[in-house]
Amino acid sequence: MPLLTDDQKMLQETASSFLAEEGSITKQLRQWRDSGCTDGYGSDLWKQFGELGLTGICIPEEQGGLGLGAVEATLVLEEIGRNLTPSPFLTTAVVGAKAIAGTAHAERWYPGILSGEAVLTLAVDENRRHAPEQTALTAERRGNGFVLNGTKQFVVHGNSADVMLTVARTAGSPGEESGLTLFAVPKGAAGVESVTLADSSKAARLAFNNVELDADAVVGDVDNGWAPLSRALDAGRVGAAAELVGVAAGASTMTVDYLKQRKQFGKLIGEFQSLQHRAAHLYGEIEIARACALKAAELIDSGDAKAELMVAVAKAKAADVASLSVREGVQMHGGIGMTDEHDIGLYLKREAVLGELFGDVYYHRNKVAELSGY
Amino acid sequence: MTDIESFRTETRDWLKANCPPEMREPMRSEADACWGGRNAVFQSDAQRQWMETMAERGWTVPHWPRDYGGGGLSTAEAKVLKEEMARIGARSPLTSFGISMLGPALLKFGTEEQKRHFLPQIARGEIRWCQGYSEPGAGSDLAGLATKAEDKGDHWLINGQKVWTSYADKADWIFCLVRTSTESKHQGISFVLFDMMTPGVSTKPILLISGSSPFCETFFDDVKVPKDQVVGEVNRGWDVAKYLLGHEREMIAGMGLGGIGGPGAGSLGAALNLDNPLLRADLAAFDVDALAFAAMSERFFEMFKAGEAHPASPSMMKYAGTELNKRRHELVMAAGGSDALEWDSDRSKNGKSARDWLRTKGNSIEGGTSEIQLNIVAKHILGLPGA
Repeated sequence: MPLLTDDQKMLQETASSFLAEEGSITKQLRQWRDSGCTDGYGSDLWKQFGELGLTGICIPEEQGGLGLGAVEATLVLEEIGRNLTPSPFLTTAVVGAKAIAGTAHAERWYPGILSGEAVLTLAVDENRRHAPEQTALTAERRGNGFVLNGTKQFVVHGNSADVMLTVARTAGSPGEESGLTLFAVPKGAAGVESVTLADSSKAARLAFNNVELDADAVVGDVDNGWAPLSRALDAGRVGAAAELVGVAAGASTMTVDYLKQRKQFGKLIGEFQSLQHRAAHLYGEIEIARACALKAAELIDSGDAKAELMVAVAKAKAADVASLSVREGVQMHGGIGMTDEHDIGLYLKREAVLGELFGDVYYHRNKVAELSGY
Repeated sequence: MTDIESFRTETRDWLKANCPPEMREPMRSEADACWGGRNAVFQSDAQRQWMETMAERGWTVPHWPRDYGGGGLSTAEAKVLKEEMARIGARSPLTSFGISMLGPALLKFGTEEQKRHFLPQIARGEIRWCQGYSEPGAGSDLAGLATKAEDKGDHWLINGQKVWTSYADKADWIFCLVRTSTESKHQGISFVLFDMMTPGVSTKPILLISGSSPFCETFFDDVKVPKDQVVGEVNRGWDVAKYLLGHEREMIAGMGLGGIGGPGAGSLGAALNLDNPLLRADLAAFDVDALAFAAMSERFFEMFKAGEAHPASPSMMKYAGTELNKRRHELVMAAGGSDALEWDSDRSKNGKSARDWLRTKGNSIEGGTSEIQLNIVAKHILGLPGA
């Protein structure tokens, strides 16, 4: 695995200073949470993402983007995770941009993504568990178009998104990978129930009751949505893994700093070996999770057949490690860690949501087993 | 064609012509390794020929300077050689603590005379080395070692005992940490080299919980060592030892890769007999961690080569890799059920599963315990106080 190039390091530095400055917990997460913002993120910040070119990371150069790939996206997402920055970056600039790549929808939506105005999201889950092949929401042909019936949930930014890339069944039965089709569902077409999640982010439950869509709402080919969906999901999973690495790293930095400040029994608590060993173990785990996310991203970018396996490994590992980091973080902070005033608890909440997004640890461990042949 | 491409072509042709077919067979066990030495026992003519042919070209130590018996290859060329050897499944021509441990220390700390004397012998596999570090009273607290070297004017007089000396009973020479001053704990240690045939040196093999082992106890009873056989400054042997331990930890950390992500290796879950969903779940969790560690190892070696790795990061790798290896063997035993408990049957290949499992318990002890590695990470990477 090659190390980061100079260009990638520059991008990382740009993202790091931009998000530490503009995307901080005080300026963004707490601001929107405490002001009751219905979007759950700042639209000005999203425009700044656009001005810096970051929203175009996965968009080809000839269409105005940076023409980079999953590796570069992970660099940005780790910084988003570290600062707990609420942002539609993952669903729009990574998952959305990948899902519509090479289709007519790209021409329609790429300009808005590039300027940091459009927000895209993926509507895939229908149950409390991620299981895309179990899609039951139906899209039946009617006239020149389709009629959609069914429900979706855990649609991140679903209440504010301009377009919801919705997975529907056009053939076959739940459990089958074939017969799925991806539709670009515009805002307002489906019924939206806005839900605030534990981390103060906004998701939506969608209700499709005879929602009529034109045939040109189809993204890619009818009945053959599995491959493009998997590509978009895998990009999202690696992205979520990278964001989780950032969450883990942010929480552990905060915790290690606390171990160097807090005194009990006349000593800095960081002098106690029981805490030192747990912090040192966590350090190694975070390094491993990061290496894994980078490796998976690299395999995606090079079109390697092993990408699918490594994506599952990366998502499972990052969720495991981030969970460890935030749990240890709250525990080592003691009482102050339980207060809303302290930021460490915000990491715990964010980890829970990201850990679930696009398949939890059990989903991905199971996938590793299946792909390995057991 | 660029220089490196033509080097690859030449290397490929040369290996094709010179690597005996027997030396392209996968090694079945550590016993298939070629250790060289004064009393070298070669398994076959091919093994001997392969070692000698490679040594003549300096390719037992491709990246060492030519003046010291090395191949003088650049990093890129050494990588090409490694790749070309791997391509045809060529075995390592020579396995040696001289190459992996003493050599790097001599290159960094040795006098010109020492380098010219010892390094070519190591490269040619003429002298087999062992390492005298741990003592019964100095394990994790290695710098507490007590084996005494007294200055007798024209020589050192050494008395004491070492333990966990791998292959001491087969080695020709030892590199050894001895106490030359009691005034300072760390700055009273010297790094000395001497012949295991010197009068007063004796060894005794150690039987482990897993059975026989390469480990020995090594005793020194009035052993006379010439003054010029100290590497680095007298009383500054700890610097040499620390440098060398870094190399050892890297090597042991690599064991976490044992069969994982390496050539021809795959998932542990797929390799075992799974008849229980809870075991399958544990194996899936293990495979995630093993593949994740393989990605880390790949990144670590790249960073290490590029000088971007934290100097204390081998400790993190050693800790993670050895703990993973222990877990691997716990799962192999769980999947094996009572079959895996057989100790001496042919069916169990003389208790291979059980012996391997027991042996891994030492992985997180030898080369610095897991707890010591965590101390190092806490202090040097995290900067925690009083660590």
